[in-house]
Amino acid sequence: MNNKDLLNLIDITVSFEGFLALNKLNLNLQKGELRAVIGPNGAGKTTFLDVITGKVKPTKGEVIFKGKSLVGRKEHKIARLGVGRKFQSPRIFENLTVKENLEISVTTPKSPLNLINKSIKEEQLNEIERLLKIVNLAQKVDSKAGSLSHGQKQWLEIAMLVGQKPDLMLVDEPVAGLTDEETDLTADLLKSLSGENTVVVIDHDMEFIRRLDSNVSVLNQGTVLCEGTMETIQKDKKVIDVYLGRPED
Amino acid sequence: MSSSKIKFDKKIVLSFWIILIALIIAAPTLLPVFRLNLLGRYLSLSIVALGVDLIWGYTGLLSLGQGIFFALGGYCAAMYLQITSSSEFPNNIPEFFALYGVEKLPFFWEPFRSPVFTFFAIWIIPALVAGLIGFLVFRNRIKGVYFSILTQASLLVFFNFFNGQQKLINGTNGLKTDVTQLFGQMVGSESMQRLFFWVTAILVIASWFFAKWVVKGRFGNILIGIRDDEPRVRFTGYNPVIFKTIIFSIAGGLAGISGALYTVQSGIVSPQFMTVPFSIEMVIWVAVGGRGTLLGAILGAVFINYAKSLVSEALPASWMFIQGGLFILVVTALPEGVLGWIQGDGPRNLLQRFGLKRRIETYPSLEVNNKEGNNE
Repeated sequence: MNNKDLLNLIDITVSFEGFLALNKLNLNLQKGELRAVIGPNGAGKTTFLDVITGKVKPTKGEVIFKGKSLVGRKEHKIARLGVGRKFQSPRIFENLTVKENLEISVTTPKSPLNLINKSIKEEQLNEIERLLKIVNLAQKVDSKAGSLSHGQKQWLEIAMLVGQKPDLMLVDEPVAGLTDEETDLTADLLKSLSGENTVVVIDHDMEFIRRLDSNVSVLNQGTVLCEGTMETIQKDKKVIDVYLGRPED
Repeated sequence: MSSSKIKFDKKIVLSFWIILIALIIAAPTLLPVFRLNLLGRYLSLSIVALGVDLIWGYTGLLSLGQGIFFALGGYCAAMYLQITSSSEFPNNIPEFFALYGVEKLPFFWEPFRSPVFTFFAIWIIPALVAGLIGFLVFRNRIKGVYFSILTQASLLVFFNFFNGQQKLINGTNGLKTDVTQLFGQMVGSESMQRLFFWVTAILVIASWFFAKWVVKGRFGNILIGIRDDEPRVRFTGYNPVIFKTIIFSIAGGLAGISGALYTVQSGIVSPQFMTVPFSIEMVIWVAVGGRGTLLGAILGAVFINYAKSLVSEALPASWMFIQGGLFILVVTALPEGVLGWIQGDGPRNLLQRFGLKRRIETYPSLEVNNKEGNNE
């Protein structure tokens, strides 16, 4: 652990009634890093996000974010510390408009008094404008979020994530159900976010991960099997055995 | 939410308000006292319905215990009236105490000598009780059907407690208000009832604007967010517990005001206000009128209760069946309630089903506002 690290997971174990969803998982993230996490079904990818965001309390182990322990903190407190999450299937507020969804995400402070008393700040409106341009939803600003296409919903949720201005973005399967073109645009968007932000992307889609051109952690049976660039892990024998499969030729 | 609704012309809105205010002013001369009193009572019930709409329609909290807060407001008002009208009774305390041999006023009655205290107690006490119950329940992340069961259980606890306390609040007999005095007049008198009708009408409108203000903007959007996807709200950095406690407390306060107005117009408050069916009826008014519409809650409360009194006069035993049938009809055919159905494209869709083409020129505002619509 050094002081360039934003997040350290130390010996995380999560046991669901005896079943080890995570087993002594160790993982370190540096500030500004873009990290892809892959692994077969049931490897513990989503549980890994649940532990960081406070949804699941680890049975053992420690989560250190910006020098503070996250274990035992409530979800909204962790979010306010600067951890943002995008869910596997798009989770947006379908009965609200695109703009109202973004207002919820960019509003600070997130206290009832601020929400009921004051109107939204000018700079936050500008931020919404900026986000709408990035994800190409400016024309849909007053449409109900529920009326958007699947791809647009994914992008709206990414915009909401960015609008929260988190230090750490956890992105769970952002390209599920997207067209190839949308997938490429999403990869570029995530790449452009890293550097300033620290981004963790979980996905199955190898083409997409390759395009991210980042360090990759391979999870298997609740623990980190291998870490490195795409080339390294593609040559790793253990990874080939559990996940990638042997080359056909 | 407003984008799909039909936008009314300003002139129509203005004339609606002028007619409404004229009707409120004229009602006491147009209606016989008996009907006026009934209307006043139903209007006061629409305030508790507004609260139910805030917590259920907007926030998704189905409370079956609003009767608690309704009755608390009623008791606050009745205690004040009883104690200020007790000068000719033994020991200068309300008459019923003599029946149980109580000679000293119980301590919690004392502050109700003050009209100012009572004015605030009517809504603050129910709001505080609601806030406390709400906070404990929400903090433990009890939701959905468990929340409903818990509120109903609380209702039964309060009901049994109030029923058994003869020496404190006259138990099951309740507190009568119609023979008490206010401003030197009998509360049950015609002139007082007329005054209460106007006060109720004004408070219904005020509560409606208050509720509209609460759900307007980002605060209301968070409530809708909690209803639709609470964990998502949490992961965005909001604490749903605080928001739910606030809105439950607001609904409790509204219920208290409603209960006080209902009490002075029906002449008595008793533990009957805390029976299970009555609290369920409140939910039915909102379901029929239209969840999440506010106005639907008011209309539902007034019209269902008015229908209830008309039906009960004609066919005494049949109301429960009609009410049950109405609820089933709404749940199956109009899940958005009557007003929700009208605001959605309900009537037009129904006409289209019968082969009638919808006449677009009757909806000029739709054409203007519909930027993405097809060219007609």
